[in-house]
Amino acid sequence: MTKLLITGGYVIDSTQGINAGKNVLIEDGRITALLAPNDAAPDDANIYDATGCVVAPGFIDMHVHLREPGQEYKETIESGAIAAAAGGWTSICAMPNTDPVNDNVAVTRFIIEQAARARLNGVCANVFPIGAITKGSKGTELAEMGEMRDAGIIAVSDDGHPVPNAGMMRRAMEYAHGFDLPVVDHCENRSLSGGGVMHEGEWSLRLGLRGQPSLSEEADAERDCHLAELTGAHVHLCHVSTRGTIDIVRRAKARGVRVTCEVTPHHFTLTDAAVEGYDTNMKMNPPLRTEDDVEAILEALRDNTIDAIATDHAPHHADEKALEFDGAPFGIIGLETALGLACDRLVHQGVIDLNRLVELCSVNPARIFNLEGRGTLRPGAHADLTIFDPEQTWTVNAETFKSKSRNTPFHNRTLRGKPVTTIVGGRQFAQEFEL
Amino acid sequence: MISESDLPNGRFFNVHTTRFSNITMTFSRQHLLGIRELEPAEITHILDAAENFRHLADRPIKKVPTLRGRTVINLFFEPSTRTRTSFEIAAKRLSADTINISASSSSVTKGETLLDTARNLQAMSPDLIVIRHSSAGAAHALARVCQAGIINAGDGAHEHPTQALLDALTIRQHKGTLENLRVAIIGDILHSRVARSNIHLLTKLGAHVRLAAPRTLLPPQFAAIAERNLEIAPNIEDALTDADVVIVLRIQSERQTDAFLPSMREYAVHFGLNKKRLARAARDVIVLHPGPMNRGIEISSDVADGTHSLILDQVANGLAVRMATLYLLSGGTPHGAANIGDALLRDST
Repeated sequence: MTKLLITGGYVIDSTQGINAGKNVLIEDGRITALLAPNDAAPDDANIYDATGCVVAPGFIDMHVHLREPGQEYKETIESGAIAAAAGGWTSICAMPNTDPVNDNVAVTRFIIEQAARARLNGVCANVFPIGAITKGSKGTELAEMGEMRDAGIIAVSDDGHPVPNAGMMRRAMEYAHGFDLPVVDHCENRSLSGGGVMHEGEWSLRLGLRGQPSLSEEADAERDCHLAELTGAHVHLCHVSTRGTIDIVRRAKARGVRVTCEVTPHHFTLTDAAVEGYDTNMKMNPPLRTEDDVEAILEALRDNTIDAIATDHAPHHADEKALEFDGAPFGIIGLETALGLACDRLVHQGVIDLNRLVELCSVNPARIFNLEGRGTLRPGAHADLTIFDPEQTWTVNAETFKSKSRNTPFHNRTLRGKPVTTIVGGRQFAQEFEL
Repeated sequence: MISESDLPNGRFFNVHTTRFSNITMTFSRQHLLGIRELEPAEITHILDAAENFRHLADRPIKKVPTLRGRTVINLFFEPSTRTRTSFEIAAKRLSADTINISASSSSVTKGETLLDTARNLQAMSPDLIVIRHSSAGAAHALARVCQAGIINAGDGAHEHPTQALLDALTIRQHKGTLENLRVAIIGDILHSRVARSNIHLLTKLGAHVRLAAPRTLLPPQFAAIAERNLEIAPNIEDALTDADVVIVLRIQSERQTDAFLPSMREYAVHFGLNKKRLARAARDVIVLHPGPMNRGIEISSDVADGTHSLILDQVANGLAVRMATLYLLSGGTPHGAANIGDALLRDST
């Protein structure tokens, strides 16, 4: 039996109401006890000194694009899982828009096997696949959700190609509900947003770029909430970005709809004004919105309308991003900057406290995707821990990222709050940070 | 130094020395990417320089050696007659070596990216690259990778700075100043880089700009793109009332297929500039159009060819503005003279 004792850290775990200095004892990949700081350490335990750090249940990124299979030059399952561990995430959920799409059990198994292979090479994040809602994410026929669930998917989504047809979405919700799979939707009505490369507003008009109106997100968010109400399914809205969407979620929650939602660090950090200069690392979907939308997001992070922080990590090769703004692909990477941005922008600016941060990054994602034994440090749970120093100041250097891609708008940004180490299944992520 | 054979009619080269001597500062920017980032004084400076160059066209010998030994590349990814020719003639009259590259004959057709094309051109050490591209921000992308000065000759629906400068020069010649002028801009404002550059330039120099278009082509937030002096008129008639200047924009037939407009015919009826509508404007109104015109659609022939129209003056001024731009971005002359006046004076004496 290998034993590891994490000492000196400040444990935050709202599932047990713990907010105190504790030592965490890990045995054989599971948490076995939370000890008082001055309790004697078991003789045979290895010690990890986490003095000055927060010790939290492992962070779970609900929204990641690993590019394997199909575009391994952007990211592989292994490089993504390593980048995640480097960024403080112990689990990541892989969106199905690969090539081929994860719409059948063969692809699901491939992803799970590749993730297992990666873990043989070293400690990295767990990978939970999300299956497609429709075959090929084409929006016309349901994918084999039941088969994929048995193989290991934890939710379904047509992220990247949102289901355009409300009738199809209804059937998908009804069907997925029967298998207890949350339906995860990137809300975007393409008949409204089509061709838009940034948020539609003053800045898009000034810059002469085609805009996506807020309404393109809100129209589908409203639709999804009503469909969830009709079907009883659990709908999880990806990367909410507008005040309107947040209002829709808040109202739906108030009337008892099973709706949850996430926000990305870039949507609570940047606004559409950042597109001035046409930096293609400011191009993502949904686009950066306005100051007012950011205000609404911060408010919703405080009042529990937003349930989770997820990165929408979307790696692209530098060559693909080095195009005209119109021609460059949507998406930025986020695994290795999210924790720093969340500490810096949310905790240190007084938007939320550390307890809420841990809920948003760990407790709630585990609950939303029904990840048994994760998102908690209860004895018996998986020994997935995120250890971070909320006070440490560091400067983002994309060159040192473990991800295969570098498409971040946060290069050179100085952040207060840094992941220190990540423990997955009781094993410590090998590579110390040299950021 | 120029030789007699280069300037056989050098004696006719009458330079208004007092005018030229006004231009003593060099333009401090490396690129001309848009009007929005310029200070009013910089705009005036370019216009003053252009005013001087304009007189060159009236001389029998129109060529000066100012940019001899410099290389100007015209990199055009969109079809253009007027702007490309204008830049080419402007560069040639300044004695620069010019190369024209159009998208159809370039490596673009072989799949080369814009930035690779730019890096390859940069490797040949041009002094200036004039770029026209269908994507907003293309000139900015070039400016990031090239040491050459970049002149934006139109980037998507973003800006077309030299068009706004030539419009301003034309207006200034006829009205003396832009201060407090009432300017109506009519047409496809949403998709128009000319409209954006004009709005920035005119409002910065104190003109009051009113916009009019079908609502599909003029979102209400457009009034916020400039800091001051900009409003959206409720209809074309209001925009035209007492206008000192009317700028008519080209309407493209794609707007019909993209559901911005029901038909070109209806556009002509409700938004076309005709004599009857123009009668609402000031008696001495001037009418501009960046070209190419759709006669009978956004502008009727009697207006286009009428006494208020300055459409051909715009073309002549375009040349002067482009000469001024090329000159100023070159930061002086190859002879080390700090201003055009010095260069012309020395060469003509």
